[in-house]
Amino acid sequence: MSKMELRLAGSGGQGVILASVILAEAAVQSGKYTAQSQSYGPEARGGACKAETLISDAPIGFTKVQQPDFLMALTQKALDKYTVSLPEDCLVLVDESLTVPEKLSGHRVLCLPILRAAKETVGRAQTANVLAVGCINELLGITDAETIKKATLLHVPRGTEEINLKALTEGVRLASSASGQEKAPAVRAEKKKGAKQ
Amino acid sequence: MKVNTGDVNAASRTKQMSNLIYKYMRPEHLPQIWCPGCGNGIIMRDVAQAIENLGLSRNQTVIVSGIGCSSRAAGYMDFNTIHTTHGRAIAFATGIKLANPELEVIVIAGDGDISAIGGNHLIHAARRNIGLTVVVMNNSNYGMTGGQYSPTTPTGAYGTTAPYGNLDRSFDIAGLAYGAGASYAARGSAYHVQQTIGLIQDGIRNKGFSIIDVASICPTYYGRKNKKGDAVEMMKWQKDHAVTVEQAAKMAPEQLKDKLVIGLLHHAQYPEFTYKYDMLIQKLAEEREANE
Amino acid sequence: MDQVVLMQGNEACVEGAIAAGMRLFAGYPITPSTEIAELSAYRLPQVGGKFIQMEDEIASIACAIGGSVAGVKSMTATSGPGFSLKQENLGYACLAEIPIVVVDVQRMGPSTGMPTSPSQGDVMMSRWGTHGDHPIIVISPSSVTEAYYQTIRAFNLSERYRTPVIFLMDEIIGHLREGMQMKEAEDITIVNRPTVQFPDPKRKPYHMNEKKGQMVPQMAPFGCGQRYNITGLIHDESGFPTNSPEEAEKLMYRLMHKISDNYKDIVRCEQVNMDDADVAIVCYGGTMRAAQTAMELAREKGIRCGIFRPVTIWPFPERELTAALKNLKKIVVAEHNCGQIVLEVERLTRGACPVAFVGKWNGTVITPQEILQKVEEA
Repeated sequence: MSKMELRLAGSGGQGVILASVILAEAAVQSGKYTAQSQSYGPEARGGACKAETLISDAPIGFTKVQQPDFLMALTQKALDKYTVSLPEDCLVLVDESLTVPEKLSGHRVLCLPILRAAKETVGRAQTANVLAVGCINELLGITDAETIKKATLLHVPRGTEEINLKALTEGVRLASSASGQEKAPAVRAEKKKGAKQ
Repeated sequence: MKVNTGDVNAASRTKQMSNLIYKYMRPEHLPQIWCPGCGNGIIMRDVAQAIENLGLSRNQTVIVSGIGCSSRAAGYMDFNTIHTTHGRAIAFATGIKLANPELEVIVIAGDGDISAIGGNHLIHAARRNIGLTVVVMNNSNYGMTGGQYSPTTPTGAYGTTAPYGNLDRSFDIAGLAYGAGASYAARGSAYHVQQTIGLIQDGIRNKGFSIIDVASICPTYYGRKNKKGDAVEMMKWQKDHAVTVEQAAKMAPEQLKDKLVIGLLHHAQYPEFTYKYDMLIQKLAEEREANE
Repeated sequence: MDQVVLMQGNEACVEGAIAAGMRLFAGYPITPSTEIAELSAYRLPQVGGKFIQMEDEIASIACAIGGSVAGVKSMTATSGPGFSLKQENLGYACLAEIPIVVVDVQRMGPSTGMPTSPSQGDVMMSRWGTHGDHPIIVISPSSVTEAYYQTIRAFNLSERYRTPVIFLMDEIIGHLREGMQMKEAEDITIVNRPTVQFPDPKRKPYHMNEKKGQMVPQMAPFGCGQRYNITGLIHDESGFPTNSPEEAEKLMYRLMHKISDNYKDIVRCEQVNMDDADVAIVCYGGTMRAAQTAMELAREKGIRCGIFRPVTIWPFPERELTAALKNLKKIVVAEHNCGQIVLEVERLTRGACPVAFVGKWNGTVITPQEILQKVEEA
């Protein structure tokens, strides 16, 4: 049985919940089980925001991330907060603007210009979340290119399809061209079940 | 047909009243529990007469009440009747009207019921302009619980919870509803039967939210506590102190101090809520058909 | 063919309600139930139904009761503080026998508490919240799929027994998105309130043929021609208030017994691996998910662990729990509060086996490891 636990963190308004939902949709569209949830503060914009997607070949009991296989952080605050007791084999994706803390020296950390590429290459800062989806799917191989596109189109606001698909493609390109970085295996074969946190 | 109490003899008046009772009341539940001299019975009859004059179907008419002396009216009237919780009559009525806009929904409420505990529902139903007619039996105090001051008790008047005189200012319920957006607002009194029947009739006829704030009398508590005399004297006070909206417009505020202003305060046409909602449903259905 | 779609628990509740025939929703925004109002506002006019955002929580339940009185299946939804506000009119619906569904997506309290954090602190309020003795049906889902189907069941029970049904969700399930198994519409059973041909002038509105075992009176929608009176006062079968102790006794007896006498139809519980279990985890709602993982971990360690999960929380599945007790050496109750259902479990076990408690009330979720620890403690 293979299972993958993804945690995406940033600040409210960056769209990390939507990114997490699109990844869950991709899992459902690929015939996998998924559980997606989030936690956030009272702020609509600017507060800390965390979204989680679990993907598995078997039905999912506990719906929250316990041993993340993947962490994405788009703000320094989120990175500092969620790297506490991070499993050694967790792949970390951060925006290039962040300072990677010392404690992640043993981790595989990928720094990509997610926020800048959304603004400059795609032309719209708000597409950073979908761009990140492109990166994540490329890194983790959750589903094929067609399915991730379909999942994205099911959840982005009407009228923004074109620009979001552009962002998705740019995300894939960024992740695949990240030179010198070792990619994480698609799905880890054995999950450490019952490991104490 | 309008009742003309001025020139008919007593026997025919009694007959007319009996007809109203047998047609619109539930005689097996009468006599009502209101005190001798209470103004509520007159106002309940005004509602029945307005319904008779408009020729409404009893089966398609709903009477909704809250809690308090006024709320007992629902049980006496032979329509679809619902006696709800304190202050919430308008909110229940909103659900009934929304579920079936064909129904004529009339709320009978008291002053505490509608403007204190239910004040929020009053202003929002008025704002929404949903097609309800609210008739307030405004007796200036909480009668059912024994004469405590209410939002319509005048400043300085006495109640069991205002032993040194009421410190609060009082609400003008019809004015409040008008300010909140009601498309029809009027004020009547227990004494001014003909005018009040007419105002209720016009209120029912109005498609949107209508309020008729009717000054009742409570000789048992408010009258006694405030030395207003017996029921006859209290009725006489209404007769002697009433001025019409038109007359009041020409009077100075100090002249209006102890006056009861009756008549139509406001009537305008705004789109009614359930009508607007039905239009929305229709629009969506048409869009769907066009897309198929 | 059954189809799997990604859906949130709150959304599944709305879709289930619409499938059950809900055509009126009255609500007021409150976290974490707001998505139910939002989706109702979008979906209902599409199916010819009505949504209304009322001025407050009290008005919302009153409006839903009004809609039901006029013959339309109605629902309201809220969270903790709003559920407190709805209690008076919930009792009205119990006494006047008006079917409605009230959703409470529980959040951490008391008071404003932690609005976005999960909790199961309203379990006892759902049973005893309104004043006076009253019957109540409370259902709690443990997955998004169940949020859909149990909402349909909530409507069906509400209609069949003419009683409010509380759909007690928690933030864990309300905000969870997962794949939901959709059935074809024809595979779903829909129950409508008992209604005879109206108008029938001879029929007393709250009369029923007790010889035939009827416990629930027929319900005439306002406007059908059957003019009658509905009241929150104790009333006789004519629907009018009475002070008679005999009539009060009769009405109260029937209200309580129309639920308790139909235990088999109303009460549902899920038992997982209970056949050989020495230890049972008792849990409900979103806590089930941690319990499921805890049970799997315990089984891997060779502990014969099962799960006993009330789906209908009230009435509590006491017959099933009592039957299961015979083989158990220990019970672990897990719930997101300071101990509510555990009291019911302790009452039913009467010391027959030890009852341990895993609770949480700090806004975080109970983990499988926390449950496992109690399961392992001999």
